[in-house]
Parts: sequence; C-alpha cells; structure tokens
Amino acid sequence: MDSLLSLFIGQYVADLKRSLALFAPELVLATAFVLLVIVDLIFQKSKYITGVVALLGFAVATIFMIVSPANTSFGFWQMYVFDPFSNFFKYIFLISGFAVVLISFFSNELNKSDRTMGEYYTLILGMTLGMFVISSAGNLILIYLALETMSLSSYVLAGYTKEIKRASEASLKYVIYGALASGLMIYGISILYGLTGTLSLFQINAFLTQYQGPVFPLVVASLLVLVGFGYKISAVPFHFWTPDVYEGAPVAITAYLSVASKAAGFAVFMRFLKAGFIDPTNASEQVWTMVSSIDWKFIVAVLSVLSMTIGNFVALWQTNVKRMLAYSSIAHAGYMLMGVTVMTEGGYIAVMIYFFTYLLMNFGAFYVVQLIANEIGSEELEDYNGLGYRSPLLGTAMAIFLVSLTGLPPTAGFVGKLYIFQAVINSNMIWLAVVGVLNSVVSLAYYAKVFRNMWLRGVDSNSAPLKYSIYAQLLVYAFVIPTLYYGIFWTPLVFWAKSSVMMFIGK
Amino acid sequence: MFTIFGIGPLTFITFLPLLGMLILLAIPSGKDEKTKETSINLLRWVTVGITFIQLVVALLIYANFRTDLVGVNDPNSFQFVEKVKWISVKGLPLFGDLNIEYFVGIDGLSAPMVLLTALICFVATFSSWSIKKAHKGYFMMYLLLDLGMMGVFVALDFFLFYVFWELMLLPMYFLIGIWGGPRKEYAAIKFFIYTLFGSVFMLLVMIGLYFSVGSFNLLDMMNPANFKPGEIFTGFQTTWRLVAFVALFVGFAIKVPTVPFHTWLPDAHVEAPTPISVILAGILLKMGTYGMLRVAWPIFPEAVAYFNNYIAFIGMVSIIYGALCALGQHKVGKRDLKKLIAYSSVSHMGYVMLGISALNSNGLTGAIFQMFNHGTITAMLFMIVGVIYDRAHTRGLDEFGGLANKMPVYTGIMAIAFFAAIGLPGLSGFISEALVFLGAFATYPVLTVISALGVVLGAAYMLWALQRMFFGKLPERWSGPWDPTGKEYKHDDINGIELAALVPLAIVVIFLGVFPGAVVNLMTSSVNHLIEIVKIGGQFAGM
Repeated sequence: MDSLLSLFIGQYVADLKRSLALFAPELVLATAFVLLVIVDLIFQKSKYITGVVALLGFAVATIFMIVSPANTSFGFWQMYVFDPFSNFFKYIFLISGFAVVLISFFSNELNKSDRTMGEYYTLILGMTLGMFVISSAGNLILIYLALETMSLSSYVLAGYTKEIKRASEASLKYVIYGALASGLMIYGISILYGLTGTLSLFQINAFLTQYQGPVFPLVVASLLVLVGFGYKISAVPFHFWTPDVYEGAPVAITAYLSVASKAAGFAVFMRFLKAGFIDPTNASEQVWTMVSSIDWKFIVAVLSVLSMTIGNFVALWQTNVKRMLAYSSIAHAGYMLMGVTVMTEGGYIAVMIYFFTYLLMNFGAFYVVQLIANEIGSEELEDYNGLGYRSPLLGTAMAIFLVSLTGLPPTAGFVGKLYIFQAVINSNMIWLAVVGVLNSVVSLAYYAKVFRNMWLRGVDSNSAPLKYSIYAQLLVYAFVIPTLYYGIFWTPLVFWAKSSVMMFIGK
Repeated sequence: MFTIFGIGPLTFITFLPLLGMLILLAIPSGKDEKTKETSINLLRWVTVGITFIQLVVALLIYANFRTDLVGVNDPNSFQFVEKVKWISVKGLPLFGDLNIEYFVGIDGLSAPMVLLTALICFVATFSSWSIKKAHKGYFMMYLLLDLGMMGVFVALDFFLFYVFWELMLLPMYFLIGIWGGPRKEYAAIKFFIYTLFGSVFMLLVMIGLYFSVGSFNLLDMMNPANFKPGEIFTGFQTTWRLVAFVALFVGFAIKVPTVPFHTWLPDAHVEAPTPISVILAGILLKMGTYGMLRVAWPIFPEAVAYFNNYIAFIGMVSIIYGALCALGQHKVGKRDLKKLIAYSSVSHMGYVMLGISALNSNGLTGAIFQMFNHGTITAMLFMIVGVIYDRAHTRGLDEFGGLANKMPVYTGIMAIAFFAAIGLPGLSGFISEALVFLGAFATYPVLTVISALGVVLGAAYMLWALQRMFFGKLPERWSGPWDPTGKEYKHDDINGIELAALVPLAIVVIFLGVFPGAVVNLMTSSVNHLIEIVKIGGQFAGM
C-alpha cells in the first residue's frame, strides 16, 4: 500500500514536472503580470514603461514558445493539452498582444495626462494568459475558468477610458451579457457533468461512443455550453453586446477583442467539437464521423448563416465606423464558422488561415481608425470626408484593409475566403458557399462607404494634413505589407496552418 | 519568342504599368503654381511614355505572331508562353496538392485584344489631359487598371485570370468615383457591386473546377479526360455543369453587358470621365465576351449547345433594346449624347453575342472582329463627346447645331466615327457586322432578320444626332469663342492633343475597313478550332 502510494506520488510529481516545463510560456505571462504590478508601483509617472515591460513579457513568452520542443501530449492529468493546434492560436495571441500594446502607445484617448496606464497593460497580459489557457484546455472547468479570466480582464479594459460615457456603458453591458452567457454555460456544463459523470472532454467523448440514452438532455446541455462560445466569438444570436462594446471601448481594445478574443473563442469551440464529439478512431480521415446524434453540422451552419447575414445587413446602416466594423466582425465570425461547419481537417485549416489574415486586416483597419480619431476626434463616417487627401497613406491603407476584409484579390483576405469556400464546396455544401459569396457582395456596400467618404468626397478641401509620428507610420506599413504580401504569396501561411491543425485527442 | 531585357513580352507588357506607377509615385507634386504645372505635365508624359512602350511591345508581338497556331485548348500552340510555379502546396488534407501557376500566353482569341488594350490605353492618355484634379492618383489608378486589363487577356491560369479580373474593380471604382460627373458616387458603387456580384459566382465555379480537375490551368479544364470521376463537374451535361455554365455566363454577361444585366452601363459610362468611358467601352466590355470564349465556351461546350438558342436570343434582344434606348435619347430626358453612345454600346455588343451564338467561322470571326472594331469606334465616339463637353460643359443633343462650320476638322473626324458605328462600307464596322450577320443567318435566320433592324435603328439615332448637332444653325450662345480668356482653347476647332488621341483610331478604323485581314488573319485558325471544340462537345451531349 505504501509503495503504491509512493509510486502514485512519484508519477504525480513526474507529470507535474513535465507539464510545468511545457507550461513555460504561460508561466512567463503570469510572471510578467505580477512584475507589471510592481513596476507600476515604482514608475507610476511614466506612461510607457509598463507597456514596454508588457512587450518584453510577450517577447520572452514568444521565445519560450519557439524553443519549447514540439510536443503533443496531455499535461496536468488531462486538464491541459499541448499540441500544434493550441500553439497556432498562442502565436496568434502573441502577435495580437504585440499589436495591441504598440497600438495603445499611439492612442491619444488612452494616453491622457491624468491616466495611469499600469493596470491597462497588466490586464492585457491577464487576458492573454486566459486565452493561452483556454486554447489548451481539455477540461470543461478549466475552459470555464479561462473564459472568466479573459472576460473579467476585458470588462475592465472595455471601460478603461471611464470619463467617456459610452465606455462605461460598454463595460456595463459587457458585464451583464458576459455574466448571463457564462451563467448559461456553467449550467450546461453542470448538466453535461450530471449526464456523463466527467468534465474531461476526452472522457465525455468516450462516454458518448457508448451512450444509448435519450439525446434531448445532451442537446440542451451542448447548446447551453455553446452560448458561452457563441458569446466569445460574437456569433448571432449571442452578438448583442458586440456593437455597443466595440463602439465604446478604446480602439486598441476593440481591435484586441475582435481578433484575439474571437480567436480564443474559436480555438476552444473547435477543440470542444473535435475532442468531444468526433469519433477519435478515424479522426484523421477526410470526413469526421460524430459519436453523438447531435447535428453539429446543422447547428453551426445555422449560426454561420445568421451571423454572416445579420452582421452584414445591419452594418449597411451604421454611421459610426467602429460600430460598422463591429458588425463586420460578427459577419466574419460567420465566414469562419463556415469552415467549422465542414467538420474536417481541411475546414479547420481554412479557419486557421482565415484567422491569420483576419488578424492583419482587422488590426490594420482599427489602427487606422484610431490614428484618424487621434486627429479629428471622431469615428463618425461623415467626418471621414476627404481624409484620403489629408493623409494619402492612411487613406490608401484603409482602402487596402477594407478591400481585404471584403475578400478581393490580391489581398490576404481573399486567400482566407478562398480556403473557406474551397472547404465548403468540397464537402458539397454549395448552398452555404452561395450564401457566403453573396454576403461578401453585401459587405462591399458598407466597406466601400468608408473609402468613398475618404476619397470620393471633399476632394478639394484644403484642410491641414493629418499628423502622426514616423513610428505610427511604420506600424501602418507593418500591417499593410503582410496584407498584400500574403495575398500574393501565401504558401507559408498554408504550410503553417497545415502543420498546426493536428489536435491531440489522446490517441 | 523574343524577350525584352530578358523578360518575356507578355510579362513585360502586363507589368510595365507597375513600373510606371512607381515612377509616378516618385514625382514630387510641386510647391508653387509653376512647379505644380511641371509636375502635372511630367505625370502625363510619363504615362504616355509607359503606354507608348506598351503599344510598341504589342506591335512587336503582332509582328512575331504566328497565325497558323491554333491555341484555345492546345498547350503546345500558344505563343509567347511563360509558365512559372506560383503557389505550390503539397498534401493538404481535403484539398490535396494545390498548384497555381503564373501561366500566360496568347492565341488568336487574345492577340487582337492585347493589341486593342495597348492601343486604347495609349490614346486614352491623351484624352486624360482634361482631368483637372488629383493628377497623381488619377494616373496611378489608370496604370493599375491598364495592368489588370492586360493581365486578363494574357492569363491562361484561371486563378491568375480571376486575380486580374478583380484587380481592375478598385481602380475603376475610384476613377469613376473621384473624377466622374455629378452622380459619380452612385455610378461607381453600382458598377463595383454589379461586377463583384457576377464575379463571386465565377469564383465558386473556379473552385469547383479546381476540385474536378486538380489544377487551375484553363487548358487542363478544357480536356474532359482530366476530370476525376465522381467530382462535381465530371460528366456531360450534368445539372451542375449546366448551372456552372449559367453562373459563368451571368458573370461575363454583366461585364458585356447584355440585356437584362446592362443597367450599370449607362450610369457608369455617363458619369465616368472621358478617358475612362473610352476604356470602359473600348476594353472592359470586351472582357465579358472574351471571358466567354476563353473560359465558359471551351470548358462547358455541351452547355453551349444546350443554351445556344437563348444566347442568340439575348444577343438579338440586346441589339434591338440597346438601339431603341439610344433612339429614345432623342425623345426623352436630357437628350444626352453620351448616354446615346452608351446605349449604342449595348446594341453593338449584342452583335458580338449574336455572332458568337452562330457557332460558325463567319459568325465567330465577325464577333471577335466586332469586339476589336467596337473598341476603336466607340473609343472615338466617347472622345468626340469629351471634346465638345470640355468646351461647352454640356452634351445635350438639342443644345447644339451647325457645329460643322465652327469646327470643321472635328466634324470630319466625327463623321468617320459616326459612319463607322452605323456600319458604312469601307470602314471597319461594316466588315464585322456583315460577317456576324452572314454567320448568324446560317444558324438563326429569323433572329438575324430581326436583329438586322438594329442596323436601321442605329443609322437613325446616329444620323439624327449628326444632323442635330453638326448641321443647321449654330445657336446664339455658342457663337463666340469657347474660351473667352483664350487660355485653354486658342481656336474654336479641336486641338492637337485631342487629335493625337483621335487620329490613330481613325486611321485604324479606315485601314481595317479596307484591309480587315490585318486583324482577321490573327484569329482565323483559333476561331475554327474553338468552333470544333464546341461542336464536338455538342455532339457528345447528343445535340
């Protein structure tokens, strides 16, 4: 008995050691989080030092990501999964993290003289840590905890400019919707636990392969869990918070929410579906078979069509650019859900390619919105008249990002759409592809409004050129150049996504 | 194949505008009045230079073109071919190997179009002198548009074709939207959305074809043996193949445009600045019919047989409806000469459709020749409208009269263009229309007889316009000089820059009226080969 116990403890410690070594990037982020609190106490006067420390934290985490051996295994007793799939999304979070900190440096609304920026960067790190954990979580409770870590940080960040009324409104709305969504989700998790007797996705999967009982409670529980994911990726009908929060939050945070937070939602949703509901014995096959009788294909397809269509059509009537981009991000969630609907490796690859391109163009678009707001103090479409002539660089960059969001070649956005449509057509869901392409035609109508106002109106206005520093300008190029480059030579992107689609499911 | 600085002629001619854009970008805009003027002139002449080099290269290609090689679906008989791997991804789950090639080459179908594009882009730079604002942006967009159009005509990889096809949309949007007329915003977005609507279905068909064939190579798609069993477009005359053909047809028909997809055209043409109207009518519309012949026809030959009656009918309706609308410009609304010519384009592109549907050597040769001739003639017509509009700031049909006395040289050039548009023997338009009717009569006698009414109507609206504007009495308000300050227009008559744009086209129109062989010979063998492909496809389908 004694030896058995010591054997058990020995295994326990060995697993802990191994897992902690692989857990290094997350530990770095957590350390940076704590360090930032201290740095903030010491250097309260400086606006940028905390941001620089946050960047260093991201940089060290990136190094650990790169040097850590490619490993596909469980960590922490099946709570955690280390696999290429989660690594892909972790890189997405890191790139977004760098981007959001850099963008925040150039924001006038954030860097007001009477504001301390310490907590801001601290919370960004905390949010990123939550995303890291959620993309690797293999257990429903861990998923829930990571989701809350992300959410709590983002509630505060959304209302960080608290002297602006709409920011406080955004934060409050976000909290209420978030609380409701996570409440429903935990309710779903509890039903799943009651049905299956486990919280591990892999054991749920094993349970479902033998499950013969009624399917109804299973559907209800799954749909309730879906509410949590749908809220994170802002898919219709869980999108109601999105426009208000995106409009009210500081631009950098809006960009971060629309890319990284959405990516985290997709990562966990995709893992939830594949690890939980796909027959693992032939998961590497071209078409996956489901272990339960829940028609996920249909459910996700409905979400996808609703998100695309409602997102795009409502965006047509928006007069605020941030709000318009919020609806556009709902529509993009719909496009990406098309890739999930397919339920194959190819579909997942398409979603991952799309995410990278979406990261570039959406961050770019929001960044331009922020630089413009810095100068003209407005995000209203009406105030964009003639801006192309006041700043040809921003006007051109914005046109490129929006064309990319529409999905026209030769931009990265086209590549993303191309793979999504390929995946959908190859699985014979042609109706869905038709809905998708018609939606991109609709989306052109509102994206075009922005560059219409920037270039077609106010041609002869003699207003002063927009001012921005040379570094701000360099960051614009940092988004524009890859958007164009990956639109023409996207092979590395596909290789990366292809090698990252492998998801560890215990077999 | 000859090369230019080691670069293949087609790559050179396609990407030369990119070099031009970089040069334009480097030209400073100038501080005071004088340097600003210099800068603008520099922008203009650099563009003229770039497009002139393009024209020279196009003529070199023409001189080296072998008319005996068939092309169309035979990879070995394309000319000036360049083939480089562009995207190559192996072993993707679901997608398999993804290979996209930078594959360009020309045959008898595309050679006339390359020539036409180079010619029109060159002459339209001269009519760009009338552009009055944001010159740098204008010429950069102009060159980007040039690049896209040239690329469409040389691409032999469907993916490459699609990229070039979409690449033109954005510059065209800005060119209409920034430098256009009063309703420019509406016209620009209508054009953009309409065309995108057409092309997204092309994208879906392209992806479907890729899965069925395993490559984006257009020539591979034309060979039925390449279709893998069980894929979506495999087989003959399956529902999906017919649907795909219709989707492609609609995408291309929007660009042509044929009735009932023509409604963007009057808006876009009327609102666009003169040089852009010239390019729209001269080149862009041809991309629609070219796309049909390059993509839709050889890949889905049996669907052509299936739908041919409808295509002929659409051609007839376009001819008559376009002509009636043009005639209607004499009666209703603002009596806009530019709108009249825009509608005449619908009618004249209808001849092309009718000629294509004839599916015989005469009809198809006539159709492609008509594409070329319509390009040159309508380009002239729009420039002629531009000349009078720049001076009088109106183009109402009933606001002029007796211009022949005030502007004799202008009237002379105008007469060439108007009579060519009517189809007067001795000018190029006559040959192509005669060929179209000759070919179409053999296949669809009734439709052809009705379509011939279009010629009568065409004569009516053109001659009526001629009479109203150029003969009779000059209205009091135009009796003085066009520009009292004498700064912009020293003489009443057409000036040198405008002549530089119009005269080359007039020469081409007259020359091809006498020696049509200069262009027709380019296409004969390809045309016959294409007809053979479509006929064989039709027989397979039991038609």
